[in-house]
Amino acid sequence: MSYSTRKKTSTDNANCVQSRTDRRNTLMSGHRACQGCGEALAARCVLDAAYNATNGNIVVVNATGCLEVFSCVYPENAWNIPWLHSLFANAPSVASGVASAMRVSGKTKIRVIAQGGDGATTDIGMGALSGMFDRNDDVLYVCYDNQAYMNTGVQRSSSTPPLARTATTLPIGSYMGNDAKTGKNLPKIAIAHNIPYVATASIAHLFDLEQKVATAIGIRGSRYIHVHVPCPLGWGIQPSDTIKIARLAVDCGLFPLFEAKDGVVRTSFTISNIVPVEEYLKPQRRFAHLFGKNAAPNVIAHMQKLADENIKEYQLMGENTHG
Amino acid sequence: MDNNCPFATVLSATTSPRNKTGSWRTMCPRYINLMPPCNAVCPTGENVQRWLSFARSGNFRQAWNVIVQNNPFPAIMGRICYHTCEKVCNRSHFDEAVSINILERAVGDMAISHGWKFENVVPATGKKVLVVGSGPSGLAAAYFLRKFGHEVEIKEARALTGGMMRYGVPRFRLPGSIIDAEIRRITDLGVKISCNSRVSDLGSEINKFDAIYVCIGASKAIKPDMEVKSGSSVIDAVDLFKKLTNEQSHSVKFEKNVIVYGGGNTAIDAARMALRLGAEKVNIVYRKTLSSMPAHETEIHEALSEGIKILCLRTIRVIDHREVLIDKMNYDEESGILSKSGEEETLIADSVILAVGQFMDDSVVRNIEGIVVTDGGIIETDEYMMTGAKGIFAGGDATSTKRTATVAIAHGKKGAQYIDAYLNGKEVEQKSKPDVINFKKLNTSYYFSSPRLTLPPISSISMEERTIALTGDEIVTEASRCFSCGNCHHCNNCYVYCPENAIQKLLDGSLKVNHDYCKGCGICAVECPCGAIKMMPEK
Ligand SMILES: Cc1cc2nc3c(=O)[nH]c(=O)nc-3n(C[C@H](O)[C@H](O)[C@H](O)COP(=O)(O)OP(=O)(O)OC[C@H]3O[C@@H](n4cnc5c(N)ncnc54)[C@H](O)[C@@H]3O)c2cc1C
Ligand SMILES: Cc1ncc(C[n+]2csc(CCOP(=O)(O)OP(=O)(O)O)c2C)c(N)n1
Ligand code: SF4
Ligand code: SF4
Ligand SMILES: [Mg+2]
Repeated sequence: MSYSTRKKTSTDNANCVQSRTDRRNTLMSGHRACQGCGEALAARCVLDAAYNATNGNIVVVNATGCLEVFSCVYPENAWNIPWLHSLFANAPSVASGVASAMRVSGKTKIRVIAQGGDGATTDIGMGALSGMFDRNDDVLYVCYDNQAYMNTGVQRSSSTPPLARTATTLPIGSYMGNDAKTGKNLPKIAIAHNIPYVATASIAHLFDLEQKVATAIGIRGSRYIHVHVPCPLGWGIQPSDTIKIARLAVDCGLFPLFEAKDGVVRTSFTISNIVPVEEYLKPQRRFAHLFGKNAAPNVIAHMQKLADENIKEYQLMGENTHG
Repeated sequence: MDNNCPFATVLSATTSPRNKTGSWRTMCPRYINLMPPCNAVCPTGENVQRWLSFARSGNFRQAWNVIVQNNPFPAIMGRICYHTCEKVCNRSHFDEAVSINILERAVGDMAISHGWKFENVVPATGKKVLVVGSGPSGLAAAYFLRKFGHEVEIKEARALTGGMMRYGVPRFRLPGSIIDAEIRRITDLGVKISCNSRVSDLGSEINKFDAIYVCIGASKAIKPDMEVKSGSSVIDAVDLFKKLTNEQSHSVKFEKNVIVYGGGNTAIDAARMALRLGAEKVNIVYRKTLSSMPAHETEIHEALSEGIKILCLRTIRVIDHREVLIDKMNYDEESGILSKSGEEETLIADSVILAVGQFMDDSVVRNIEGIVVTDGGIIETDEYMMTGAKGIFAGGDATSTKRTATVAIAHGKKGAQYIDAYLNGKEVEQKSKPDVINFKKLNTSYYFSSPRLTLPPISSISMEERTIALTGDEIVTEASRCFSCGNCHHCNNCYVYCPENAIQKLLDGSLKVNHDYCKGCGICAVECPCGAIKMMPEK
């Protein structure tokens, strides 16, 4: 099967909601995210796009995690939209409840969004999320994947990439960090639920991200968007390089961008210049041991293989035109 | 349980801006302006990036206005300038340089067809300046002097204006109508040009004018060291071109075989001209190697594509009617040592055109007290372009060994500034120039490879100029290839990527950092495609 593909164009950023002076700034200045936080940026972009697409008719439910902690530290609140937080594990269930409430009170114009980190999504909230998908509840769930439990000090999650160093996967001696064969691929799990819409997105490709949010918000039923968001602190990168690293993750193939509808991948975002995985891994301290003198042979080759498999599976090199 | 215990904690929305995260900052982004390389190398100092930015927005008139702030000859330059700007264009490290020269021609031609005029001159100063010579240098000087409000008169020895642009550069590269149109704009400013008015007594002129700009060019052919038997058909390239300009092309015809001697642009032009005047086989004979030829690469390329052959490492010893006796040479590029190899050969030529360089006819300045002509045959000037004689300035080919029209125009512009300062008893303000921005400082992730605009290949060898007809869209597309190196081009990247909403977009589209919230992460500086944001330590 071949997917229709989309390529980035030079006017992408100029045409996005984020470039408008009347964007909502759903997440306001004064939040306490670290310098260069990819999650803070992504959340504003996703919710601004949803706000724009619904003329402001959104309600957001947030799981515990950095995104919640840095945005509502007593006595301040950075949200510029209706927003509620309950627990680490239950954002999908709370959102399902809010969606039901909107339905029974006839406020069907109001769209419900749930959001959380990768820990909340792929680990502790996984059961609630799977249930929400299974019931096809009318919620858009957005996962901001910074690939570890950042809020509590960079512990491994099931979305932590192979061979990465976290506080709980410290490379010591011949141990090369996170196990190369574990982990969950949540977009695939979501697709397996046959929900109407699943997409991956990156903050390095804002226009694409916004388009996906706009598409998702226009569909009824359960939808899922998985956004790749570098974390300067947890990944050991310069705060200034957040976008650059996000771009490299896409450009090397390790984070493929695609869209699936009704259980089938339909669109992928092609890469104009595929770069070797080293370019993505090397600037990150969490992968430094892969380049050190104790590095096991083939670690890079293993990562490259994962990227190559993605490139093949999602036809990232395809020169197909938009269709 | 206490009944008053709230079900949930409610924090008022939108209260976070109370928290001024700007206090976290140790580095602060600053919008800067750096010098793009094209602008840095342009002898006339054209603000290429700026006029390209107007062209990309379809405002061709404004683009033209920006060009003529530094160079009054866009249509001429768009044809004959050797465009060093394109050689240094940062885009060439990405795909291909922006076609600046073709765009300049397109904008210049548009100005001619629409009859665009220079903006009005400032009030008259009452000062009078004489310009000796109406080549590009003299014309440019007159234009800028006039813009300063001075009265200008140009005296020209020849029958027609334009100097070597008219009497050198062949018409198939630069039509006379283009020269006329661009000079007319200068005379429309009130500059008086008298042709057939050779200045022979500079000393008496200085009493009639407040200052003089001498730009008499270098029009005398250098005679190479060789033996020419009488009766051989030998002509100097500059004389050939002069003849063609004065008497029209049909007055000169060449037989089958022509040899052109020399390696500069004049030699190339002479060879191409010979081909257009009846010659079937044209060989350029040059003493050094192809790579050391002073002629411009694109000119060499065009000559070769017309079938002209370049015979390198050869000098002519004797021309005896149709026989040309050649010494073969050795040339060591590193040491620059040129020596005879001992081998000889004889070539056949019906005519030989000599194009080994020109020198200045210094008779007009020879007897003026204070003016010094160097051993290299150029007029000596100080850092303000003034000769040893007070109030007499000089420029163009007469003072420079870099003999191009572009440099001559640059001298005209600078000379005018110095003369203006002299007349006002002031010094020219030396503006400090920003650093030049190199390719490494750009973030090219936001650009996509696209081929540059090129001229159509030469389809026929003709006396007519190769025409190009660009649509407005084509101009816009090519102009959009400019990376805007070192200067904000309002792509919005900093505004969209700031996680703190700390970049403000003002009504006029300009951007400002909100220091209350900027945490100093530096994302904006990294993602700026133009390198127009710099992180500076916070005080
Ligand atoms: C064949 C040829 C092709 C060329 N092609 C190019 C090209 O493609 N691109 C490029 O950039 N450059 C080119 N050049 C070089 C360029 O033409 C010159 O560098 C430029 O014209 C020099 O300008 P100028 O004003 O200093 O002198 P000139 O153009 O030589 O003008 C000097 C003027 O002063 C007049 N004059 C001299 N003495 C007196 C006097 N006593 N009284 C009054 N008037 C006097 C002369 O008649 C002449 O009109 C070419 C040159 C030649 C010969
Ligand atoms: C039941 C429960 N267990 C543990 C925690 C502590 N906790 C809060 S956030 C968090 C990790 C969040 O990780 P993730 O969802 O990836 O979000 P991030 O902070 O990385 O954005 C943890 C372990 C909690 N709040 N509740
Ligand atoms: S991206 Fe925003 S927070 Fe970061 S340095 Fe720029 S203005 Fe400051
Ligand atoms: S990022 Fe864009 S808008 Fe910002 S300074 Fe650079 S070019 Fe200008
Ligand atoms: Mg996380």
